[in-house]
Amino acid sequence: MSSTDTRPAVSGRAARHDGASAGLDTLRAGLDALEAGHAQRASFSQVLRAKVLPPILGVVLVVGLWQLACSLHLASPEKLSSPADVWHALTLLWSDGTLFSVIWTSLWRGVTGFVAAVAIGTPIGLIVARVKPIRAAIGPVLTGLQSLPSVAWVPAAVIWLGINNSAMYAVILLGATPSIANGLIAGIDQVPPLFLRAGRTLGANGLRGARHVLLPAALPGYLAGLKQGWAFSWRSLMAAELIASSPDLGIGLGRYLQNQREFSDMPGVLLGIILIFAVGVAIDLLFFSPLERRVLRSRGLLAAR
Amino acid sequence: MTTALAVPKYVPVVETTDDCPAVRLSHVSKAFGRPGAGSVVLDDIDLDVAPGEFVTLLGASGCGKSTLLNLVAGLDEPSAGTIDVPGTRPSLMFQDHALFPWLSAGRNIELALRLAGVERENRRPEAERLLELVRLGGAYRKRVHELSGGMRQRVAMARALAQGSTVLLMDEPFAALDAITRDVLHEEITRIWNERKLTVLFVTHNVREAVRLAQRVVLLSSRPGRIAREWRVDLPHSLRGESAEVAALSTEITEHLRGEIRRHVQH
Repeated sequence: MSSTDTRPAVSGRAARHDGASAGLDTLRAGLDALEAGHAQRASFSQVLRAKVLPPILGVVLVVGLWQLACSLHLASPEKLSSPADVWHALTLLWSDGTLFSVIWTSLWRGVTGFVAAVAIGTPIGLIVARVKPIRAAIGPVLTGLQSLPSVAWVPAAVIWLGINNSAMYAVILLGATPSIANGLIAGIDQVPPLFLRAGRTLGANGLRGARHVLLPAALPGYLAGLKQGWAFSWRSLMAAELIASSPDLGIGLGRYLQNQREFSDMPGVLLGIILIFAVGVAIDLLFFSPLERRVLRSRGLLAAR
Repeated sequence: MTTALAVPKYVPVVETTDDCPAVRLSHVSKAFGRPGAGSVVLDDIDLDVAPGEFVTLLGASGCGKSTLLNLVAGLDEPSAGTIDVPGTRPSLMFQDHALFPWLSAGRNIELALRLAGVERENRRPEAERLLELVRLGGAYRKRVHELSGGMRQRVAMARALAQGSTVLLMDEPFAALDAITRDVLHEEITRIWNERKLTVLFVTHNVREAVRLAQRVVLLSSRPGRIAREWRVDLPHSLRGESAEVAALSTEITEHLRGEIRRHVQH
């Protein structure tokens, strides 16, 4: 295996092939121009028509059907309040000055509990995803916990911790942590092995690999887990507030709902349901959906719609 | 490279002088599965690649060429034999560009520089320089999905060079590209090889590509992978397009490759 240098003389080659390489240059530039993707952003009116209008029409349709059902007296007024009655209940709550305090009490609990669940669920997910024996031991438990309705924890939490905020947080944590951990595990499982190989070739091993390759690659799955984790937090909290009653707890949305039931105040009950729904949807629409879209779009995983 | 990028992962066993090979494989074997019962993928491979040499490894599917490259890259351990790659960890390019979609083109290169130990303030200018080198000067902020297949492979090439090794391993990097794009990239890789004095070990199953690029074509047999034959191609790259000599060599090598494949017909 002789290894004499057979590298061609650069000067001679360049002189001879100026024309050919200029041709290749324009060819390359042409290919680049032809093939590069063109990101298009929808105009304001397109967004309005495609994304804002349909949900508004949906709400109008539901309220319309509701009003129709009331006008036709399909159920007695004690069982089915009209949209106007519910609106009245809302104005009452507003003029009391309690509307925002009721929402805030629950929202604050929900968000703090969720943040704590993220702080606990993330390291659990990371460890379970990467350490095989731990995965074998805890993985099925996590999946099982996810399907256990967190309302089942309320009695236990009340006995362990008393009827107080700690019990609320415990229920949120038990409800949301498994979803968040499972989301991260799924995200990590779906990381293409090629990225990990490329990372190792570049010298990203161990913690550096986790930080620069594994975690960013797993982000879409993790975000999906966070989104579900928030839904579980909110549900668990509402269940806990409905069941556990104590003056120490203040009035959150769940408590408000239960109070109105005790007063047989049907418009109030419907209002409570609508508010719980609205808060859950608002957090998703204002926070998680934009975040998720941004991540997916920057990776080219979202078709421009 | 202008910047010092030395993160020695391989302890240099031999001094890197011009006499020493840039890559040396001695009696390298690789088997998967249980020892004895597993399948032997590579059998007793001896291969020296001189500094600055461009070698293509040619073979049919299942000849273990990718396995061989993984061994040289240090992603896997040989079952027997030794592999010496003096200097820094060799760079590796895949058939799929393997760029990270959560980073822009420029940031992909900066990550490689960072992992190679380049100081923060030098990363951005060096990444820009490397993008210029692959003629994608304006693409720093481009996301991976905004680039065409050929552009992605050029960014991947820049990222591989960012590792600071003079040894570049390429695993069928242009196999998924269309013919015209591949022609352009052949031109790019030979130009960069020339400019940067790289040592290239290039795996392919495409005879034309092998003959067009290499100074030396190494044909591997399949199951187990052994070195079957070697050819030297001494013609300058710029003359190869229209050369009858190169066409004849391609035909000859293709015949041998077909011969290797025919040996596996079950009777």
